[in-house]
Amino acid sequence: MPAFAYLDHNATSPIRPVVLDAMVEALRAEGNPSSVHRAGRAARARVDAARRQVAGLVGARPSEIVFTSGGTEASNMALAGTGRKRVLVSAVEHESVLKSVSRAEVIPVDHDGVVDLAALERMLAGSEPALVSVMFANNETGVIQPVAEVVRLARAANALVHCDAVQAAGKVPVDLHGLGVDYLSISAHKLGGPTGIGALVVRAGAPFVSDRKGGGQESNRRAGTENVAGIVGFGAAAQAACGGLDTISLRDRLEAALQAAAPMARIHGAAVPRLPNTTCISMPGVKAETQVMALDLAGVCVSAGAACSSGKVTRSAVLAAMGVEPAEAETAIRISCGWNTVFEDIDCLIAAWKGLYIRVTQSDFHRAHAA
Amino acid sequence: MNAFSQIRRNDQPIYLDYQATTPMDPRVLEAMLPYFTYKFGNPHSRSHSYGWEAEEGVEKARGQIARLIGADEKEVIFTSGATESNNLAIRGVAEFYKDRKNHIVTTVTEHKCVLDTCRHLEQSGFEVTYVPVQQNGLIDLDVLREAITDRTVAVSVMAVNNEIGVIQPLAEIGRICREKKVFFHTDAAQAAGKIPLDVEAMNIDLLSISGHKIYGPKGIGALYVRRKPRVRLVPLIVGGGQERGFRSGTLPTPLCVGLGEAAEICLKEMDAEAGRLKKLQERMLKGLQAKLPEIYVNGDLEHRIPGNLNISFAHVEGESLMMGIKGLSVSSGSACTSASLEPSYVLRALGVEEEMAHTSLRIGLGRFTTEQEVDTAVADLVHHVTKLREMSPLWEMSQEGIDIKSIEWAAH
Repeated sequence: MPAFAYLDHNATSPIRPVVLDAMVEALRAEGNPSSVHRAGRAARARVDAARRQVAGLVGARPSEIVFTSGGTEASNMALAGTGRKRVLVSAVEHESVLKSVSRAEVIPVDHDGVVDLAALERMLAGSEPALVSVMFANNETGVIQPVAEVVRLARAANALVHCDAVQAAGKVPVDLHGLGVDYLSISAHKLGGPTGIGALVVRAGAPFVSDRKGGGQESNRRAGTENVAGIVGFGAAAQAACGGLDTISLRDRLEAALQAAAPMARIHGAAVPRLPNTTCISMPGVKAETQVMALDLAGVCVSAGAACSSGKVTRSAVLAAMGVEPAEAETAIRISCGWNTVFEDIDCLIAAWKGLYIRVTQSDFHRAHAA
Repeated sequence: MNAFSQIRRNDQPIYLDYQATTPMDPRVLEAMLPYFTYKFGNPHSRSHSYGWEAEEGVEKARGQIARLIGADEKEVIFTSGATESNNLAIRGVAEFYKDRKNHIVTTVTEHKCVLDTCRHLEQSGFEVTYVPVQQNGLIDLDVLREAITDRTVAVSVMAVNNEIGVIQPLAEIGRICREKKVFFHTDAAQAAGKIPLDVEAMNIDLLSISGHKIYGPKGIGALYVRRKPRVRLVPLIVGGGQERGFRSGTLPTPLCVGLGEAAEICLKEMDAEAGRLKKLQERMLKGLQAKLPEIYVNGDLEHRIPGNLNISFAHVEGESLMMGIKGLSVSSGSACTSASLEPSYVLRALGVEEEMAHTSLRIGLGRFTTEQEVDTAVADLVHHVTKLREMSPLWEMSQEGIDIKSIEWAAH
């Protein structure tokens, strides 16, 4: 029987059984939460219960949760909805942040992918009050940003802070009020919930105007009939993911084995705090596309970068911002574990990756000798 | 077949609010389930089979939706629902062409998300003409034609009204728009799957669809965007560039698959279902008319989807009626605004007087409505309306031939 290991949880994580059960029940029920009759009120109660569960995941109050169609919409709404014209974004943000402002000023990152706080402080000085958008953890490398520090600097300069926590929520503790951020984007399908649902968390008192027009759903902050089953699934996933991901031993075993097999392989961002599930590693001399295909043939799913752009063969902007040379960036793949990853999956990957590395290096060796 | 019996428990009220939302068809749920579990990949992941499998599901659904409206599958974009589709269509087209044109034509009975989008555009410098409707709820084509100027970029007219179910003359509107070289957008949330739609024959350039109005899931919709001649839009949501750049964000595969399946079932069963609903609609109306004098149907009965009735019960207090008929899930207007006590702006636009607008009920019939449910609903309505009228001094006066409008009420 061929091995099968899904190690692309940062692209999307399979739905948790408890989530599916909750959703199927909600999908079988009728009712629009805005209707006043019994069916409507039952749907409303489901949405309210899930809102409390999602709020619990990020230390927010239920009234601070605005359900959206996903992380992309949440980040778009945050960047457009604060009224701040001047926007500062880190160089490693997701495209949903980078592309939603046409004239954003870019905060550089260091070689480990961490935002340059001194540069941020200089940028914040003087000029008009800004909106700062710095992600909690990067989707390609898993590198965790010093968000609390960013908030401290921003507060001193009267700036607002948005944090894209799509990859962090459910993996490591995220606390809206503890961090002091004003806006937080989260997505259900990255933590074992369904696709098509996410939330923008808006701290009570933070300015926010939605540009989505229609019925007054979500307290006038996001029009459109609520995706009840999606919201219910998000709630169940949030509750299940509250404790974070316990994958650090899996990741450590994986990284140790790969580096032992290929001492020249480099793990990007290894020197700084990262998510417990993400490894971005360059296999010297082997293009990422080749690795991904070879691993897929061996039944192992990984990716050559972010899923949204993985169809295109462009160089990773994240690695470029970290100063990784193009030749090396082209050899980087992303391995990401999740709630259902087991040691067998890791071993499967290790065997396939080592096998490929040996094949390539040996044929290089033979070619060198033949020549 | 009554698949609804699998869903509804006996102690639940009879669901007659199909314009607010529809229960999901169990066949749709069946189609969705694999994409929640073993086919869970991200459809944008191009590097492994999980991604391809999900993409296959999404693309099949895109084709199913395209066939429902006579479009090419490349012209269908997934959104989070009809509200987003309407926002994207109207704002997207207005923003894109704003250097050349700055005028939008719509109608006064559109869904709130269309009207609010237009209001928002007015605040940012666009001009909007809100075309009135006639007493039957249909627009006057000559008035529409005159409203279009050389500054008009688009006309947005809903296909079927959400409160009164009337069907606008889409083919004629499309012809006028094509002739005047303006884009034609139609909010087909209440029409798709219920009446035949053909974007080619009707010259429709942009068309909005909702999943949960056609027995599919909530949280998913689609926007048809014509490719030839090409309609261009400024996206509402940007990021990874999915959906040809019109709409970024990871596609919710199970929801896309559900919408596709729902569309296919609707297309396949449309004729039979329309005939069945027409009979139920007639049964409901005749049943009520046989026992209750002075009830009025709002909106044209002929140009109307068979799954809707909107009836004013004269001299009955609307709220009391709603409270009385606890065994029926109906609404007094659109769900989005049903928590407010304002009379429906749609009924007001037809010229329905305020008191009559206050006593109106929207009754939505659908795939799982049975003859027996209709009969129970009729009996329940007759009982409560009769009882409330017996208690009403206004009813007494009107029965005695007093014109209530002529009474001068003393101020307290």
